Amino acid sequence: MVRNKTLGSRLSEGALLAVMLIIAIVSLAPVWHTVSLSFSDNSAAAGGFVSFWPRGFNLESYRKIVAEPHFLHSFFVSVQRVLLGGAINFALTVLMAYPLSRGGKEFPLRTAYMWFLLFTMLFSGGVIPLYLTVKSLGLFNTLWALVLPGAVPVFNVVLLMNFFRNLPKELSEAGYMDGAGPWFMLLKVFIPLSLPPLATVTLFSVVGHWNSFFDGLIFMRSVENYPLQTYIQQLVVQLNLADLDSTQAELLEKISDKTLNAAKIVVSMVPILAVYPFLQKYFIHGIMLGSVKE
Amino acid sequence: MRYKSYDKHYHLMLLPGMALLVVFHIVPMLGVAIAFQDFKIGRGIWGSPWIGFENFAYMFQIHDSAVIFYNTVFISLMKMIAHLIVPLVFAVLLNEVRIGSVKRWVQTIVYLPHFLSWVILASVISDMLSLDGIVNRLVKALGFEPVMFLASNKWFPAIIVGTDIWKEFGFAAIIYLAALAGINPNLYEAAEMDGAGRLKQLYYVTLPSLLPTVVLLATLSIGNILNAGFDQIFNLYNPLVYSSGDIIDTYVYRAGLVQAQYGFATAVGLLKSLVGFAMIVLSYRIAYKYANYRIF
Repeated sequence: MVRNKTLGSRLSEGALLAVMLIIAIVSLAPVWHTVSLSFSDNSAAAGGFVSFWPRGFNLESYRKIVAEPHFLHSFFVSVQRVLLGGAINFALTVLMAYPLSRGGKEFPLRTAYMWFLLFTMLFSGGVIPLYLTVKSLGLFNTLWALVLPGAVPVFNVVLLMNFFRNLPKELSEAGYMDGAGPWFMLLKVFIPLSLPPLATVTLFSVVGHWNSFFDGLIFMRSVENYPLQTYIQQLVVQLNLADLDSTQAELLEKISDKTLNAAKIVVSMVPILAVYPFLQKYFIHGIMLGSVKE
Repeated sequence: MRYKSYDKHYHLMLLPGMALLVVFHIVPMLGVAIAFQDFKIGRGIWGSPWIGFENFAYMFQIHDSAVIFYNTVFISLMKMIAHLIVPLVFAVLLNEVRIGSVKRWVQTIVYLPHFLSWVILASVISDMLSLDGIVNRLVKALGFEPVMFLASNKWFPAIIVGTDIWKEFGFAAIIYLAALAGINPNLYEAAEMDGAGRLKQLYYVTLPSLLPTVVLLATLSIGNILNAGFDQIFNLYNPLVYSSGDIIDTYVYRAGLVQAQYGFATAVGLLKSLVGFAMIVLSYRIAYKYANYRIF
């Protein structure tokens, strides 16, 4: 399509680009500000002199992090939950999506299972009964409390199931003709054909595990077992809120190590930023998967 | 074509996931029975006395309930409206950008906050909004008095809605961008032939083509009316702003897990789940009827 370039259209083009630039800056500013803080001199940060560039550049706060066993331990707990939880999510998503993608003739009970899934997706007993269930199973203070309650990512199952259903029917027919059983079909035909959606759901579940803090807060009884987000929630967020409402505000402000907190936040963002390019590549495609049905 | 029966294998594949769903979803659902008990954790569900609807009756007696219900609905309604408009405007604007590399860069940047947790963003935001934070420095530079944003009932709901839309608008725009990409280019050509400029094309082609998507998303969002965003508010609020920012989920957390009023908190949560469930069913029915939308 050819668009004529009048002066007016060029002006509006310029205005549009300016608006986009502002939007991008606003989106990035808070993160950028935190990164600047983390590399700044502590007194400059406490005095409120740091905006969008480090003042008195130094790596002191990162040196302090390395010397903080609690932080490192929480980081390690988070890595563990991502690996274990991600693996469990992946296995269960694949195992459930395949049978549910079979037609009603081939798998008559499919509809019943689907209603069950829908029900669990829409209705929940709430946080207290879950808390009591996890408690009575004796899972408090273990990694299992962080990975088992969310072991089945129902939304991801539905997403992958829809992708499987849109693969050509001839695939299954040819496979079954040649005597391949369902396990062979799933592992050797369906999974290799579904790498983009599998990457999408895996990255969703990994990011979800990395970011969740609430389960750590209610299921972990001792601070050493906190995953990283819970640790940050307890140390950074609670402290910030505490200094709002008391006369101790100034005192707390002085004790609280702004640059160290900023550095902790930056470190906890690094893994997300590291997988982000991959996320970017797949998730748009992945999100649209569930929405287009034949 | 006839299939050999593989039912057994299919059940086997579904077994582990179904078992975990039963343990961690269905069992807790049965656990809502404690909403009708004066539940004591030492006595368990079998030993605690049954008190009928007392917990529910208590809920309707206390003044807090009305405030919390109002806060929840108000905040989530405001979010809903913002989520319908901001991503739409952004997507339409981005779609008008003709330079591919600019488009990709802007997209990469605006999607990022979606993937960061509220714990992280809340600590960043509360630092920026504190008395000597970067926002108040700007306020002072403009000649106004600094504001304790997160301690002010006047500002708190606006900050919640504003930061939520800031985090999610880019990601929410994806669905509109996909809808925009699906508009038949012939429509634009025809409009141009008829002498429509860019603004008129926007008004007569782009917006009508997006209308079904807008309607669908609006309908589906009805189901979330009682979800005002626990993670966000939990990490940003404090006792000073309970009167404007306390929502059902944060209240249930404090009543149940902090003050150990298990039965009462479960009753509140149960009522929320039931109303939420009804709203979702309603919204899906409407979406199915008018937009032919099906989840599976």
